[in-house]
Amino acid sequence: MSGLPVLREPERSVPAADAPTVPLAALDQLWFQVSGTVCNLRCKHCFISCAPDNHSFWFMGRAEVKRHLEASVDLGVKEYYFTGGEPFMNRDLLGILEDTLALGPATVLTNGTLLPPRTVRALRALAEASRYSLELRVSLDGVTESSNDAIRGAGAFRRTLAGIERLASAGFLPIITAMQTWEDDRSEATLAAFRELLASVGYRRARLKILPPLRIGAEAERSHGYLPEERVTHEMLHGFDLDQLLCRRARLVSARGVHACPILLDASSALLGRSLREAARRPARLAEQACYTCYRSGAICSNVGGSGGNSQ
Amino acid sequence: MTVTTVARGRKPGLPCHRRVAAFGGIYSNHLALAAALADARRRGVDALYCLGDLGAFGPHPDRVFPLIRGAGVRTVRGNYDDSIARGLEDCQCGYTDPRDNHYARISYQYTLARTSLENRAWLSTLPHERRFLLGDLRVLACHGSPRRMNEFLWETTTPDHFLRNLTGKHHCDVILATHTGLHWKRRLDERRWYVNVGALGRPANDGRTEVWYALLEADGPGLDVEFVPVAYDHEALAREMKEEQLPDEFVETIRTGWWTTCLEVLPAKERARGKW
Repeated sequence: MSGLPVLREPERSVPAADAPTVPLAALDQLWFQVSGTVCNLRCKHCFISCAPDNHSFWFMGRAEVKRHLEASVDLGVKEYYFTGGEPFMNRDLLGILEDTLALGPATVLTNGTLLPPRTVRALRALAEASRYSLELRVSLDGVTESSNDAIRGAGAFRRTLAGIERLASAGFLPIITAMQTWEDDRSEATLAAFRELLASVGYRRARLKILPPLRIGAEAERSHGYLPEERVTHEMLHGFDLDQLLCRRARLVSARGVHACPILLDASSALLGRSLREAARRPARLAEQACYTCYRSGAICSNVGGSGGNSQ
Repeated sequence: MTVTTVARGRKPGLPCHRRVAAFGGIYSNHLALAAALADARRRGVDALYCLGDLGAFGPHPDRVFPLIRGAGVRTVRGNYDDSIARGLEDCQCGYTDPRDNHYARISYQYTLARTSLENRAWLSTLPHERRFLLGDLRVLACHGSPRRMNEFLWETTTPDHFLRNLTGKHHCDVILATHTGLHWKRRLDERRWYVNVGALGRPANDGRTEVWYALLEADGPGLDVEFVPVAYDHEALAREMKEEQLPDEFVETIRTGWWTTCLEVLPAKERARGKW
């Protein structure tokens, strides 16, 4: 790992020294931390504490992303994901998506607040020009202004709904993602309320994805962190389908290097190399407590895969 | 009907064909299966391949077995077949949405309870893949993908370079698969192809009541792929499904050609083409 930058490790429990390792089976998903940790919102559940003034990880430029896209072809990558921070804060994003959609499917994880009509029109044009799907995953964490904005900040609810409305009227079917902040027995009613809310802004075929909380970063302060015993041990992997873990099939590229997964951006144990090839050769270590959530819920970060809190 | 030969420089014993019909996703639709088999015979194919998932969704699962076995269809094990054969808890379809899983459970419990022990034993004999030669091309027939029985390979989320990589790793020129229920094909280069042969069990979410299979023919050094729509008595199937008290949502799909369930696994473009 020599030559790699030393990360500012956030406060978290000490990674287990004898943690199990997971070799990469195939590089199916390539993630880009395209806007670093810079976000126009300051959500209280953010697992990497993104904010307007969190410059720990900076934007990635179009040329830098393109270099990795080209390297990904020989590795047989299946899907490309773009996250942050808020990806639409990166002025290169539309160009990056154009480059990506020439090669394969692209998914953008966004808070939906930076989608003026001209951006939506540009996205529509990109989607129509490609044979591959462009997915937009929009985060919304409550069905009311008060419940959403308590987590995502004042004004977020209205701006996100306006973004969803524009996407829906342009023919997009965004995947609305919500972190599960309700008890399991309220799931059905909550999902119905989400659908009703989305229909009220013209999105009538809503696709919903519910995520379990990742109790690190800001979320550890909002609710609580992991219990000491909530770790993945060697014994827990006996008979376990490793393909359920994202690090079995994915890597994340940031401006600093290549990481095991998008959740562990700021964990030094998960920084695996400078190049895709190097990071593909190195196994991921299930040393962090967030690995426990992935173990219990599956690869929640993928568009399809993992589950909400029901299996927790 | 088929001559097994040793092609030049090829592994001995591989079946060698010129023209085959390949289908999958029967989902207990015995009426569509009978119509497709008759259609393929009329077209003079020299082999029939089924890429798995004999049961699910439709009525009377045992009715497809005599048709498949009687016609000598070379069959590959799908995730549904694997679950039914082994009596697993679910169909291994890979759904993650609660509504999709609700309907998948109804379908699976119905099918498991009504598949005879003899047919379950036969399912357990099915291989995960079959290989043959089509002219000069090495074909690998599987259910989802060569590397995972229940992997979804959708047209709009499967890049060329990914498929080329897959053919290289699995030493074949042509991959035939089903599992998604939507037929599509892509020529990757001079010799290499990916073909999703579609499903006979339910329509292709296109507002048409026909179901689809694929006709593949060696064409010089290349391949000719044709998707064939199969019209069948879908109203009779819908009546059987009603009599068996299968969900109205399933019956609606048979009658309208639009998927009503198992929608959350669809990528954006495929989802947008449907009604729901």
